[in-house]
Order: sequence, then C-alpha cells, then structure tokens
Amino acid sequence: MPAHDVLIIGAGLAGQRAALAAAEDGASVAIMSKVHPVRSHSVAAAGGINAAISVDDDWHSHAYDTVKGSDFLGDQDAIEVMCSEAPAEVMDLEHMGVTFHRNDKGEMDLRAFGGASMKRTAYVADITGQALLHVLYEQLLKHHETVARYEEWFTTSLLRDDAGNCCGAIARDVRSGRMEAFTAKNVILACGGAGQAYKPTTNGLIVTGDGIAMAYRAGAPLMDMEMVQYHPTCLVETGILITEGARGEGAHLLNANGERFMEKSAPNKMELASRDVVSRAEQIEINEGRGVGPNGAGIYLDITVVPRKRTLEALREIVNLGKDFAGVDITREPIMIRPGQHYIMGGVKTDVDGRTPIDGLYAAGEVACVSVHGGNRLGANSLLDTLIFGRRSGEHAAKRAASMGMPSVDANAQLLEDAARIDAIIARPREGRRVSEIKSELGETMNRHAAVFRDEAGLQAALETIGRLREESENAWIDDRGTVFNQDVLGAIELGYMVDCAETTVVAALERKESRGAQFRTDYPERNDGEWLKHIDVSLGEDGSPAITYSPVTITQWEPEERKY
Amino acid sequence: MAEVHDRPPEQFKLRLRRYDPESGDAPYWDEHTIELEPHRSVLEAILQAKDRFDGSIGVRCSCRQAICGSCGIRVNGEPALACHTHLDAAKASAENGVIEIEPMGNMPVIKDLIVDMDAVHWKKIQRVTPWLLAKQPVPEREYLVSKESMVDVTQTMACIQCGACVSDCLAMEVDPGFIGPAALAKAYRFVGDPRDDQQRERLLDLSEDPQGIFDCTHCFKCVQACPKDVNPMGQIMRLRRIAIGDHHIVDQNNGERHEAAVTGLVRNYGLLHEAELIPRSYGGNSWFAKFTPAAGKELLGSFPVILKGLLRGKLNPKIAVFGHKIPSADLKAVQAIYDKIESRPERYELNLYIAGEDEDATPVAVAAGAGADGGETAADPTSPEGSAN
Repeated sequence: MPAHDVLIIGAGLAGQRAALAAAEDGASVAIMSKVHPVRSHSVAAAGGINAAISVDDDWHSHAYDTVKGSDFLGDQDAIEVMCSEAPAEVMDLEHMGVTFHRNDKGEMDLRAFGGASMKRTAYVADITGQALLHVLYEQLLKHHETVARYEEWFTTSLLRDDAGNCCGAIARDVRSGRMEAFTAKNVILACGGAGQAYKPTTNGLIVTGDGIAMAYRAGAPLMDMEMVQYHPTCLVETGILITEGARGEGAHLLNANGERFMEKSAPNKMELASRDVVSRAEQIEINEGRGVGPNGAGIYLDITVVPRKRTLEALREIVNLGKDFAGVDITREPIMIRPGQHYIMGGVKTDVDGRTPIDGLYAAGEVACVSVHGGNRLGANSLLDTLIFGRRSGEHAAKRAASMGMPSVDANAQLLEDAARIDAIIARPREGRRVSEIKSELGETMNRHAAVFRDEAGLQAALETIGRLREESENAWIDDRGTVFNQDVLGAIELGYMVDCAETTVVAALERKESRGAQFRTDYPERNDGEWLKHIDVSLGEDGSPAITYSPVTITQWEPEERKY
Repeated sequence: MAEVHDRPPEQFKLRLRRYDPESGDAPYWDEHTIELEPHRSVLEAILQAKDRFDGSIGVRCSCRQAICGSCGIRVNGEPALACHTHLDAAKASAENGVIEIEPMGNMPVIKDLIVDMDAVHWKKIQRVTPWLLAKQPVPEREYLVSKESMVDVTQTMACIQCGACVSDCLAMEVDPGFIGPAALAKAYRFVGDPRDDQQRERLLDLSEDPQGIFDCTHCFKCVQACPKDVNPMGQIMRLRRIAIGDHHIVDQNNGERHEAAVTGLVRNYGLLHEAELIPRSYGGNSWFAKFTPAAGKELLGSFPVILKGLLRGKLNPKIAVFGHKIPSADLKAVQAIYDKIESRPERYELNLYIAGEDEDATPVAVAAGAGADGGETAADPTSPEGSAN
C-alpha cells in the first residue's frame, strides 16, 4: 500500500503548487489526478493573475477591491493573507520560468481587469493559466525524486481512521482499472469546482465536483455554495469563454440598439464592473428584448475598438477562438456573447492554511472556500487563490506530517466496498436512463433555476428535479463493461458527485433570502446585512439530506457599504 | 456571422477506429450517424455518439476549446484536435463523405482513440531538461528581459502537449528515438529564454545527440499538424541556427559543416552540387575536402546509397559530378539573395506568433486581409519560417 506524508488529489494549479511546497519542505509527496496534470482545467484560465506589484500599488487596495467584489461576504482576514502574499508569489513564479508579458522597461506588464481600481493583472498573452500550469508541471518533473505522480488515477473515496481523521484515499488506476488504497498523513483536495453540474458551462468536462462531494460525504461542511459565478462573455452557442482580458484591453458591450448599456448599471467602471454586475446587466438587456442575434439571446462584445496589433499580441487565443468556434474575426467585427456558468465561489470550508474541520484533510483552489471570493470573485483572483492557498496547504501539511507517524489504518474493507460499487454500476441492467441524459437534465435545470436571477418557486422546482435525478442516477446504466479506460463507469460516479453539488447549491440559494453578489433573488432583490451578512454552511445531515448552519463573516478593516461601480 | 448560427443540423457519418485491449480482437471500424450543425466540432460528434449510442467509446477530452490538449486524434488520416476540427471541413476532406476517426500515430494505442502518451511524448519531453535553469543570482523582483523575448518564447509556451505533431512526425516514424517536434519545441522554450543560464550546454547536448536537432528531416508535417501555431519545425531550425551561428557548435552529427556545405554549394552553383556535398560536409567546405581521410571514409560508406540512386534514375551522373549549370543571370540572382541576407546586422527571425501585426501600418494589406476569408492573416501556420518579405 503506497504511503506518503502528503497525498494531493487534483493536479491543477492548487494541487501542483501544494505538491511543490510540501516537497520543498521535506515531505514525501504524491499527487494524483484523474487526468494528466496539464489537462487540468486551470489550463483554461486566460486573462491573468492579480498582484499589487506595481510600485504605485498597495496590497490594501487589492484587498479592498476584493472585499467589495465579494459584496462584503469574503472573510477579510483571508483576503488580507491572499493579497499581501500575492506579489512575492507572482515573483516566485516568474523565477520558476513563467513567461510574463513585459513592458518596454523589461518589467512585468499589467493589464486592467474587472472590479480592480488600477491595473494589477500580470499575464502571459491570454494563456496565463496554461503558462502557469505548464511551468509548475516543469517543476514537478524537476522534483520527480520527491514527488510521486499518479497520473490518470480516479479517487473514489477518502479514508478516515477511527478517530475521524483523514488518512488517505481509495483510487482506481484509470488505465488498468486496478483499485488501490493510499495511506497518507494528510490529504489535500485540489480537484476544482463543479461547473459540469451546469449546462452550458465554460468548464471542462472533467470539472465534476469530485472533491466537494467526497469531502461532503466524509462530513466536511461546505460554505457559500449558493454563490455561482456567471461570466459575462461566453459564446452564445457553445458557452466557450472569451476572456475578461478583452474588456480589460478596452472592448465594449453593446445591445441591439448599439448602446453601451453598462452606463446604466456601472457608470464609472462601465464594462469593467465586477462580473455579477455585468452579467446581470446583460441578462436584463436580453430579457427586455434588446439582445442581438437569433432569438435576441446575445449581446455584442466589440473588440474592434482595441488596436489590432495589440489584440493579435495580447488576445491571440480569443482571436483563434472567435475564428474557430464562432466564425468571427474579432479584430474586424463584434462577437455575440452572453453570461455563462463559470466558477463556484463556494466549496469545502477551510481556514487560511487550507485546513478543513476534519483533521488531516485540506482543500485549496476552487474546491475550497476560504472564503476569499465571498459573493463574487474578481477576475484574475482565482489563479491567485489556487497558488496562495495551494502553497499554504502544502506547507502546513508538510509541517503537520513532520510531527506525526504514518497512520495505521485497515483500508481493505473500504477498498472492497468501492470496488464492489464500481462492479455494481457496470452490472446494472439496461433499464431506466443513461448517465448522459440525467447529466444533461441536471445541467439544464441548474441553468434555468439557479443562474443569474433566482426565485423561491424556481429553486423549489430545481430541488424537486434534483431529488428525482438523484434516484434515477442511482440506477443509471452504462455501456462499457471493461476495466481498461472505462470512462463510462467513472462518468456514473461523477454524476453522483454533481448531484451532491447541485443539491447543496440549491439548498443554500433557497436559504439566502436576499440578493448579494452572484445570488440575485427576484423575490428578495435587496442586500440585507442585518440578517444575511453571514456564511451559509451545508453539511451532510444524519438523514442523508443537507443540514444548514451559519458562520460569521470576518471583518477586519472594511465595514460593509453600498456597492457601486 | 448570423449565417454561422443559423445553419440547421445535418447528419454526419463517423467511421471510428475501435480497439478493445481486453477482447483479444484486432482493431475494427465502427460506424455511427450523428446530427449536429456543420460548424460544430468532431469532438462534439464523437461525444454525441458516445452519449446516445455507445458509452464505451474511449476518447480523452475536457475543455472543448483547444486549450487542454486532450483530444489529439487523426481525422481522415491527418493529425488534429477533435475539438478544433469542424464537421463540415472534416466531411469535405473525407472519402465518400464518411469522416474517418483514428487514434494518433507513433504512439501505442491503449483503447479506441486513447494512446500511450507517457511512453513516447512525455518521455521525450523529459529528455530535454524541461525546466528553467535560472541565471544566478535570482533577482529580488522579476528578471528584466525584453518584451520581444518573452513574446517569442510564449509561442512555444503555447504548446498544449496534444501530441498531434508527434503523431505524424516522419523522422520519428523512421527513427523512434528521435527527440521529436514537441520536445524540441519545448527545448526552444528554454534556449530562447534569456533567463536560462545553460543555452550553450542545452544546445551542445541536443546537437551531439544523434537523435537530436539534426535528426529532423524538415518535412513540415509538424507545422501543418500543430493546432496552436507553435511551428515546431521552425523552432528546431532556430535551435540549429543558434547552435551553429552563435555557439559554433561543431557536432558529431556534422550538422554545422553540412549546413555550411549546402549553403556554400548553392551560392557557388545556384543549385545543390550533390557529388561535392558529402566530401565538403565531412572534410571541410572547399574543393580539396574530398582528399581528407574522414571524407573518403564517409564517401565509401555512402556508395551503396549512391549506387541505388543511380540505378533507380534518381541521380544523373553527369550533373552529379560536374554540377548544375544555370544561366548566369539566375546565378547572380541567387547570389544577390545571399548578399542581402548576410549583410543584415542581425539574424532575421520571423516570429509567427505575432505575425500579421504590421497590417495596421500597411493599408493595402488590411484591405486584402478583409477580403473573402478575412481573418486568415493573423497567423498563417503554413508560412515557412524565413519567408518574410
């Protein structure tokens, strides 16, 4: 049975950064991912990473912008940690080899981003996430002696000892179908969000809420699950993301009358207001009949106002995306976009060292909720979140590992149970529905009722549908009877994970009877600090349904005020 | 734009190469008919077949937008990213209108469309010391480097490790040990990075390795295959130029002298003088080279190849021995090209990654680019490096 000081599940930016930090602090590390690390969805982050590195910037300003962006739901102590450590972290990555774009003096160049009071987004063209991810992977290859990589291993459950501490995981080698128990002094979940619970979504097909659901099932509380970010600029048809960098470079949003409608809701920041504000403004235009394109379901993003040379150099990826996925040359004509599910602010509740309330279990990145994003994440803060809290988790886990012996746990029973569960799915009779049909209905339900605008009736309807889909998913059948690369059976397990994420999201959205950040309740359209300046925590109740508790929002120096852009 | 979105769904026939390693059966073809709008991707077609008809179809995929690099396959015999290939284009290039989908080449197939990238691609990536060997001391803030240098290496940073170039590398097909296009492009990412301290050592290593930068046969397959305009072959040529031009690396592969011999002969004769090539490559770049022992040995060793060439009519003995004669005006024109290139103060490196940026300054080009298929001007992956005007 493999045994490691630190076992990291997920190999995107948070996971890889955690692995490096733990290895550098002397721990024996294993990093496990259901896909090859460079396929992780961090690769799709385009625009950049925020850090107050400019000489006339100050991390307090970054922190304030983040607090305001969060609609005052973010925990200010955590935001202070993230923003104050950001400049050093970005410099570390530059030293590792990230090819950050330069200005004429040879220093890192910075671009404007939504909700930021000045230019503070460092970037690599519009492939920042890819550049960071690939450079971190280079570092993992460099540290191959201290970091064991389990690439294309799918985690089926977390291991806990008799005292309730997390002490490893059960996983399946996707390639061979072999099941294995991994013992670890600490487990760090770094396996991303749950975007595939929505349809459409900007997220990759692998983003299925695995870590959130596994932690929830192991008893860890989830926090801020109602806060789901819709990105303002996704291609109308496929939901593919057009980076916020486009608006950062000066692109306009236009309705069918050719008006820059952001004047109405954000007269100062215009297109660079925070994402929740822009997405809502777009949805209002569409709902009120001022949308463009077939059925008026879109909005024009006009990038032609950006100098062509600059677009080709700094927004190259979306030049190609426009051409390949919408047949539009964005340097010559506007492109049709709409809001689309993009990110979940919520996740497994952690402290600033990534610790969950379960000893030995950490979480970092989108799977976690520290909470630095609160009700709404600012663009280019997610890469920062993954790196800062990935590193801090790795460091803390390495320190904890140094002070304890390897847990002795008999994982055999759980290993057999997980293997039997998989065999049972494979053996299901071909009755009822296919996994793909249920997944599709789940995603459409979430996109209809738990999107930019929500209300009690819609959320109740969603909850009922999710309940039915849960039952159906437990009998959903698959085609693949094999063991080698049986993606079909993994898809059935992922469906279960997504159902958990959808249910906790809707339950929390029903609970929060106010409008704050990404949660806009048409039946409670105002923010209500008196009652709702608090986090909603959702845990698995004893009866198997979600149980709600509250936790306070940490306020250090910025008292809640009205949010205007 | 509107017409793109208004096109109704059509039926497409897919012919999928299937392989189940557990069945004991040989690979076979599997056909499915799917229905999608013609501008949708081949990946969406495969996923529809998987969702509706057969969930056991094995294919790696995630992002659906050509950034995660998972879905490298072959479409109608050519390497491609499934998510980056439109159905109408795939149908147009298909025989009988049936879109043929196979796993990538040069790598063992694990199941259906899934190949073993670890055994080939990732092993080769590890060969090139794929991490920055940073100049010391590390500065407190960022390294101060030029904007151009970072944009330049970002072209190779843009490689998504999909393996499409590896799939159809002709040199690798013949010599599986060839480090190959993806890994050598990755090598350029460090060689071209001014923050790296080991440029010479890296180039020496890649030149000395008989399966290194001089093993590329310059066939352009990787340039065509790359969905991200990384231009792997172009990067390999740049590695060669830096190794030879800046570091004067005289390698066991004879790359440096061979290049000097080829360029020298073309300058003198206007065309390649085949009989002089081997002696000069091995003995030095002059007419007397053929009398040095090393060249003689090499020449003897090459006799079977020369004989074969003669027998099959590929070599004209008279031209091979006496050299080509071209009209003196043409020869002068060839030599003028040399003079022009060699009179440049710096080596001219066309960076395709930001090609097209000049258009704003030249209104004529803008007008041309905005024509029927405007948008193709941004970066044409098929432009060979060095063809800048």
